[in-house]
Amino acid sequence: MAAIESATKVELGGVRGGPDVPTLRKDRWWLQPVVTVSILTSFVVYSTWAAFQNQNYYVGAAAHRDLISPFYSPCLGNTCVPGSGSGFAIHGWGWSPALLILIFPLGFRLTCYYYRRSYYRAFWWSPPACAVADGHGSYSGETKFPLIMHNAHRYFFYAGLVFNVLLTYDAIRAFRQPGLGWGVTVGTVVLLVNAALLWAYSLSCHACRHLCGGGVKTFSEHKTRYKIWKFLTPLNAKHMNFAWASLIFVALTDVYVRLVASGVLTDYKLF
Amino acid sequence: MADVTMRVWRGDASGGDFEDYTVAQNEGEVVLDVIHRIQATEAPDLACRWNCKAGKCGSCAAEINGKPRLMCMTRMDDLPEGPVTVTPMKTFPIIRDLVTDVSFNFAMAERVPALLPPPMPEDGYRMFQEDVERGQEFRKCIECFMCQDVCHVIRDHEENKQYYAGPRFFIRYAELEMHPLDQNDRRDYVRDEMGLGYCNITKCCTEVCPEHIKITDNAIIPLKERVVDANYDPVAWLGRKIRRRTKRTATEAGVQPAP
Repeated sequence: MAAIESATKVELGGVRGGPDVPTLRKDRWWLQPVVTVSILTSFVVYSTWAAFQNQNYYVGAAAHRDLISPFYSPCLGNTCVPGSGSGFAIHGWGWSPALLILIFPLGFRLTCYYYRRSYYRAFWWSPPACAVADGHGSYSGETKFPLIMHNAHRYFFYAGLVFNVLLTYDAIRAFRQPGLGWGVTVGTVVLLVNAALLWAYSLSCHACRHLCGGGVKTFSEHKTRYKIWKFLTPLNAKHMNFAWASLIFVALTDVYVRLVASGVLTDYKLF
Repeated sequence: MADVTMRVWRGDASGGDFEDYTVAQNEGEVVLDVIHRIQATEAPDLACRWNCKAGKCGSCAAEINGKPRLMCMTRMDDLPEGPVTVTPMKTFPIIRDLVTDVSFNFAMAERVPALLPPPMPEDGYRMFQEDVERGQEFRKCIECFMCQDVCHVIRDHEENKQYYAGPRFFIRYAELEMHPLDQNDRRDYVRDEMGLGYCNITKCCTEVCPEHIKITDNAIIPLKERVVDANYDPVAWLGRKIRRRTKRTATEAGVQPAP
């Protein structure tokens, strides 16, 4: 496509009014970045620690349970504890199996439009808040490497869907109590809620909304995709809520499984 | 009701500073009422733009306590205690006091490739309700340019004005891209010439929009996804190759510059 020649040239360098200060805001604009940094840093520190633990991620038949941490599912290493394996092992992988899979959910969240808003503001100060000065002298946005890689978001979305299916399967398996039959425990509920929140986060994703219907030129010629788009649009409006809820809950799920597996907690049977 | 102190920036391209005015504030008043009272009592030469006083013309956009807002829609009793700071929009060159030169936006408006409909069928064009509704949100824009003002891409980086259309025009591009009769393909254009990649989704434009247009979610991100379709999605690229289609389907993509 040929460039459009403008009749009016953009004049640069005009004198701006107002005082030359970073911001005149009087409200607590710094609070949101502080909260974001606190939560995301805590999550990164915890998940890194948990990923390298390589133990206490599965509660198996010995405890009459079948609970696996979402950080370790599917367990693809050849060092998986008995019962936790996915049936497919990458031989020769001696490190924690979590390291094999976490790149996908990490990539999904790293390229997520909502998280981009949050960490650009909180960590990169670009800008720290609306109408507060950018923390950098120059700015090229997402036009260059590595930030241009955010355009791969939809592929991480696809990978995220695969993980959602696997974690849903884990949640269903959690109803199984080896040696006792079937039942519902606190762990079952935790894994179910975790899977539900991850589905909500994925289905409310902007790329999902685009791929399912938003990308069409005419809704009237794509009735089914239009209906899906209409269903996803209110979910998309809650994407921020699902992003935080699913992030925090996936960590709490790992904490719960870890505490049960290490014997600190008992996974109570509800019915 | 008690008096209020207004700290209004006064000046022009040669310089300026804050001036304090202590004036009466009545119940239910908005910032523009108090600015008018200052004009009527203490500073008849205070320059400010206004027209409808109903939040529909966008003329009285300024920065109140550091945030872009319409003066006519900002109630005084919603503001925190203490002096109220009123400054001109920071992103645009100053003319005088609270009045800025927003011609950058008109230059960007001229660069938008116009709607390119197919030849008129014998029975006329037909649009369906769901297609009409899609672009309705974008047409609520009153062109106050507060989204342009708050966007850090040009607010804090003057040099980017050459390559960056800004949120107000991204909603215009989105509206055209979603128009069922439009045959232009602007995806490469918004990426290469209009700087869509400069937007880093911080959503400040959405936060300040007085018409509550979901600029980021409903216009900028869908545009970014369309750019991904055209340039960064190997599956979509392969599909186009197999089906021997251009980026856009049936019609040869072309550009019709604005008159």
